[in-house]
Amino acid sequence: MEKRNKTTLSGKHFLSGDLACAEGAIAAGCRFFGGYPITPATEIAERMARRLPEVDGVYIQMEDEIGSIAAVIGASYTGKKAMTATSGPGFSLMQENIGLAVMTEAPLVIVNIMRGGPSTGQPTMPGQQDVMQARWGSHGDYEIIAIAPSSVQEMFDLTIECFNLAETYRVPVLLLADEIIGHMWEKVEIPPREEITIINRKKPKAQPKEYKPFKPAKNLVPPMACFGEGYRFHATGLTHDEDGKPQTVSVEEQNKLVKRLCDKIRKNAEDIIKVEEVTLEDAEVAVIAYGITSRAALSAVRKARKKKIKAGLLRLITIWPFPGKLVAEIAGKVKAIIVPEMNYGQLVREVERAAKTTPVFLLSKLGEEPHRPAEIVSAIEEVLK
Amino acid sequence: MVATISWKFTAREIAEKPELFTSGHRACAGCGPAIALRQIMKATRGPTIVTNATGCMEVVSTIYPYTAWKVPWIHTAFENAAANASGIEAALKAMKRKRRLKQEKVDVIAFAGDGGTFDIGIQALSGAAERGHDFLYVLYDNEAYMNTGIQRSGGTPHGASTTTSPGGTDIPGKTQMKKPIADIMVAHEIPYVATASIAYWQDLLIKARKGLEAEGPAFLHVFAPCPRGWRYDTSKTIELARLAVETCIFPLWEAIDSEYSLSPQSKIMTLKPERRKDVREYLKMQRRFGHLFKPKFEHVLTDIQKIIDKRWNKLLKKCSMT
Repeated sequence: MEKRNKTTLSGKHFLSGDLACAEGAIAAGCRFFGGYPITPATEIAERMARRLPEVDGVYIQMEDEIGSIAAVIGASYTGKKAMTATSGPGFSLMQENIGLAVMTEAPLVIVNIMRGGPSTGQPTMPGQQDVMQARWGSHGDYEIIAIAPSSVQEMFDLTIECFNLAETYRVPVLLLADEIIGHMWEKVEIPPREEITIINRKKPKAQPKEYKPFKPAKNLVPPMACFGEGYRFHATGLTHDEDGKPQTVSVEEQNKLVKRLCDKIRKNAEDIIKVEEVTLEDAEVAVIAYGITSRAALSAVRKARKKKIKAGLLRLITIWPFPGKLVAEIAGKVKAIIVPEMNYGQLVREVERAAKTTPVFLLSKLGEEPHRPAEIVSAIEEVLK
Repeated sequence: MVATISWKFTAREIAEKPELFTSGHRACAGCGPAIALRQIMKATRGPTIVTNATGCMEVVSTIYPYTAWKVPWIHTAFENAAANASGIEAALKAMKRKRRLKQEKVDVIAFAGDGGTFDIGIQALSGAAERGHDFLYVLYDNEAYMNTGIQRSGGTPHGASTTTSPGGTDIPGKTQMKKPIADIMVAHEIPYVATASIAYWQDLLIKARKGLEAEGPAFLHVFAPCPRGWRYDTSKTIELARLAVETCIFPLWEAIDSEYSLSPQSKIMTLKPERRKDVREYLKMQRRFGHLFKPKFEHVLTDIQKIIDKRWNKLLKKCSMT
């Protein structure tokens, strides 16, 4: 039978954030999706259920989110780029397995289209309430990468980025979008396939007999053999040494492993972190925002500038690892920092930690409406008084 | 043991009994599960506490600040209606032991859809059955995740098109079978398991009551069509619920202490096989099976008939009808 040429899209498309995310994943080479329906992320699963068979990929609908993330870990270890998508309640169910993926260094992508919580909360309303759960949700010490898109175009672009980071650092990467970004429809420009940068996991060069599955390369990331590639190895959620052997009582191995798992992100943070800076050079007030909130913040900063107020915006594209150094630098230059968030104060804590003595103001918003630019402008005026 | 008293539940009796699941909820026109809930609440015998897993019925019945429930009602997470019911039942027991319960007897009903039962909720359900909590678990089965917009579940039948098992030019909808959930519950050796259809309201009410009377866990699998998800005219809900029984795609039976017996509506199909209808008649009415009527998927229709026959014959054996 003639194989249909329906691989990756290119050109201009009118898509919702969820659909753009699915297309980005396919463009990145994702060929496995462990799905479970949940508002407002269901459309990603639906699109993948339709699209993956067209590109020789597999969509499996699992029995719950625990199953979904576990299947994704399995697919990742079998050598496929794999992902799942969920929202708050499902993200909570995934936490134990996120820890397992961190420990076994399984590259994978989890999309969380954040809605209002806690618990079932407001399923069809936006929120940015899982930001701290993304960082600290699973037990034990670990570092993770989380990225916050602020447009449908970024849902496409940054989903690819998520896969590239996951493959580079062998870590679960979270795409933290909110319901508005997920359900909003915008124009997306998809570049031709050859212009899209795609990174694949490094394979071991050692002979199978000499292979140490968790012996890191220079960047602290071990090359990854997958099931069936001729390397015999042991992957476990227990603390393990470079050979993969469980080390359940060794203080030395516990220190070595936990520190490496954290340091491979911490020490590479500068390569990982992406931000956008707008008129920060001479700013007296900095607004630090991410996701949907950053769009209102951008508009507010421009409006403030028109009013001759020296305002600037730091848009966080990468939330975790947190760009603490940069925030500290900015804090040293401005009189105050405003953090608009669709929660009751989460990332603002991290900003406060970095800002030290510079006053930091939370502009909290819960429920249906995102911040209005005018609200942020008044906050800017207020803090300068 | 299930008490052997029989209840008639005449139309008059039912009409006289106050509604515990009232009108004013926001279910779609022709919603099968809403009918199931209303009927089952008519079978209660006294004070009753309801726990409801996430799903259509939870959403439509309690849109703040309104509620359709005239009984104490709690919304639990998607995966653990049975675990939540276990807690309620155990607490009631403890309160009774300490003589702090005013009522002589308080019943507990857990309502969950097919997603909340076949898939994410089966662990909690199995655990509650094993521990032997005295409650009635009602599965209202509309054969997909309708609340999130028609995704396939373990309860979706073979060949049905859903948004995550789309029927296309190459793939004929869901390629797997429907999980035999009620049989799985019988295997737990609980006192009462039954299947029912909203088309046969008297049978449904009697079975719900038997489930409440049973001392220990009871499981009721109620067939409840969904016009939105199955894509049929909203006036055809009851007709489809009846056809499912008449075509033997959803036979009615009960198992008391694991002893299977066919209910009259299905028993008649063995006594008068000419009454049994062609499954195509049932499938044709629903656009979720529309793609199967293309010549390309002719074989899927045959497969569906084979699955029905195989399961029907198995059931007859279990009911010692062969």
